[in-house]
Amino acid sequence: MSLKLASRLLLIFFVSLFYTSSYAQLKDELGAIHGNFQIDAANYQRDTIIGADPGKEVFRYNAFGNINYQKGGFSAGVRFESYNPPLLGYLPGYRGSGVPYRFARYQHKDIDITVGNFYEQFGSGITLRAYENRGLLYDNALDGMRVIFTPKKGIAIKGLVGKQRTYFSLSPGIVRGIDAEVNIMELFDSILGKSKTKVIIGGSYVSKYQQDQNPTLVLPENVATGAGRFTVLRGGFNFNAEYAYKANDPSYQNKYSYKDGHAIIASTSYGMDGFSIMLSGKMLDNMSFRSDRDAQNTIAMINYQPDFSKFHTYSLMAYYPYATQPNGEVGGTGEIQYKFKKGTLLGGKYGMDITINGSAYYALDTTGIAPINDTLNNYKYSTNYGSIGNEYYHDFNIEITKKLSKKLKFTLMYANQFLNQSIVQFNTPDKEEHPDITSHIGVLDVVWRYKTGSAIRIETQGFFGEYDYKEHAIDANGNKNITSNTGSWLSGLIEWTPNTHWSITVADQYNFINPDDTKKIHYYFGMIGYTNGPTRVSVSYGRQRQGIFCAGGVCRFVPASSGLSISISSSF
Amino acid sequence: MKKLLILSSAIILSLSAFTTSDGDKIPSANVKKLDGSATNSNTFKNDGKPMIISFWATWCKPCKKELDAINEEYAELVKETGVKLIAISIDDARSSGKVVTDVKVKGWTYEVYIDENQDFKRAMNVNNVPHTFLVNGDGEIVWSHNSYAEGDEEKLFENVRKLAKGEKLAH
Repeated sequence: MSLKLASRLLLIFFVSLFYTSSYAQLKDELGAIHGNFQIDAANYQRDTIIGADPGKEVFRYNAFGNINYQKGGFSAGVRFESYNPPLLGYLPGYRGSGVPYRFARYQHKDIDITVGNFYEQFGSGITLRAYENRGLLYDNALDGMRVIFTPKKGIAIKGLVGKQRTYFSLSPGIVRGIDAEVNIMELFDSILGKSKTKVIIGGSYVSKYQQDQNPTLVLPENVATGAGRFTVLRGGFNFNAEYAYKANDPSYQNKYSYKDGHAIIASTSYGMDGFSIMLSGKMLDNMSFRSDRDAQNTIAMINYQPDFSKFHTYSLMAYYPYATQPNGEVGGTGEIQYKFKKGTLLGGKYGMDITINGSAYYALDTTGIAPINDTLNNYKYSTNYGSIGNEYYHDFNIEITKKLSKKLKFTLMYANQFLNQSIVQFNTPDKEEHPDITSHIGVLDVVWRYKTGSAIRIETQGFFGEYDYKEHAIDANGNKNITSNTGSWLSGLIEWTPNTHWSITVADQYNFINPDDTKKIHYYFGMIGYTNGPTRVSVSYGRQRQGIFCAGGVCRFVPASSGLSISISSSF
Repeated sequence: MKKLLILSSAIILSLSAFTTSDGDKIPSANVKKLDGSATNSNTFKNDGKPMIISFWATWCKPCKKELDAINEEYAELVKETGVKLIAISIDDARSSGKVVTDVKVKGWTYEVYIDENQDFKRAMNVNNVPHTFLVNGDGEIVWSHNSYAEGDEEKLFENVRKLAKGEKLAH
């Protein structure tokens, strides 16, 4: 068939399709195409005062676009991504452009098949979680195939095989997994269907294969992990627990230890109108599981070791965040929420909300076992589960939210935090360079809705570090060498929303106490945002403090930067 | 050349017919109910009345502010328009245990689902939360809004009232 003929036929096809069908029918016949886009770009500048040096590549951006097609049970999609080079603070390996994500999926009655890329989670994620967080540039999508089979209401079986994304290519190991979940009440609907108590049990098995190319060690090429889980729900009561075991898996992360891994994760909560209580605890020992044993950072992580510590949204409370220690830890988080009803003494006319939250995490109590027979192949350690090691982190905080009138509302918050910074963030025992940080942090956030659709929000924060910096302020050569202790901070922010489309923010963070006088710096920041339906555009200018940014259990180091940023996101 | 032009314009015309965001049905994706049972987004229904679909997370302050602000007027709005709000939590394993307690303590009477694997979020092309959609009586997505600023709920209420009367929405 000649090109001319083909194009004519196509023309007839599209024109007839367009004119013979009504609009709605056409859409039903053709299916729907949707997508979303996001571009974050920055033009950095050198700012010696805060130590920001972008190098020669001053213009950087992160961009992606998803296009998805769906018709009935069939869907397919692609994602284009481009980073030339990525913004500061993201893994530099992402440099480049490409289509790292594409899939085709078909769902019909009891079967659901995906080929190409997909995301998946088994239970709490301790055996497998293929996950994306575009804002963090965390993406370990699997590339392979997945089948979800629902033979009967109440039973779901998932099976998958694939390789994980690593930047614009794939990690070397092959991941294979199976998961089954049974909802007892749904399965025995005729007998138990009316029961108010719901019981769900599940189990998963995941194994990885990676060739051993190590010249000195004999490494296991197949490594398996398995887990069992259990959930009970009744009204506002919820309990769930999961236990996981991992076979010996020497890796860069665990310093090539041949010890096996264990995890226990449990959580219970109760909620009713105006009151709730939640308790979560975990013990993780050597459960880091990657499809590339030599990988670092957030690359090629097969599983997810959950972090229950509070996810803070106020910047000074989030400045020394916690992240699950991949080699092991023990601890827990609890939270109580209470609502003082309208018309009570503390509740006043509009009620008052109070949240008390606490977390504490510790190292495991471990003892190293020296290699036997003069080889490195037996390096192990033993864990004494009866006791705990050094403190890693704690955070006790209380938050009060109260509406004073129809127009005025405030949030008052206090936190006491401790961070074993040298271990948690820098993986070194050097406490001179990275001292423990104990802090008291206060926040007052006031919103004044001065007329319908218009508001002014004023946020003030104070961070008071307890560390005795004088002792460490000057090293043997007389140099001031405090890099990780930043003293105390004050922060102020004003956000004006004149209408539902626009918002204008100005903010400043000031390092008002620092052992090094030259570091008593203002970090000013301004932003204008415009929102219209699904589209959001913002332009900002200012300084970004160096720090660790964590979300969804993943942290990344963000260097100090200064410059102009623009962000555009939309969907259709 | 002329034919190529006609051809491409025809393709663009037909594409535009099925890329318009107005009027598409809710895509199908697996989500979890608060009682742990599995369901699909294609079961979201409200007997010919409008629906609000709001993506949120327990760690997202603006999301909770928006849902709280809607909650203050919700009972009245339901009475007036018959609207139903479906709140989709995108909390992952770190915080999904908090969804039930947050909903209970806040006294929200919304229909809440957990999108733990973010399948529905991807199917609806949500980049960031909060992201709120309006679905008309025919089950078609006709409006959406990303982010929340104080007072945004007023616009949402206005649109819900219009939809309940069968009027068309402008962005």
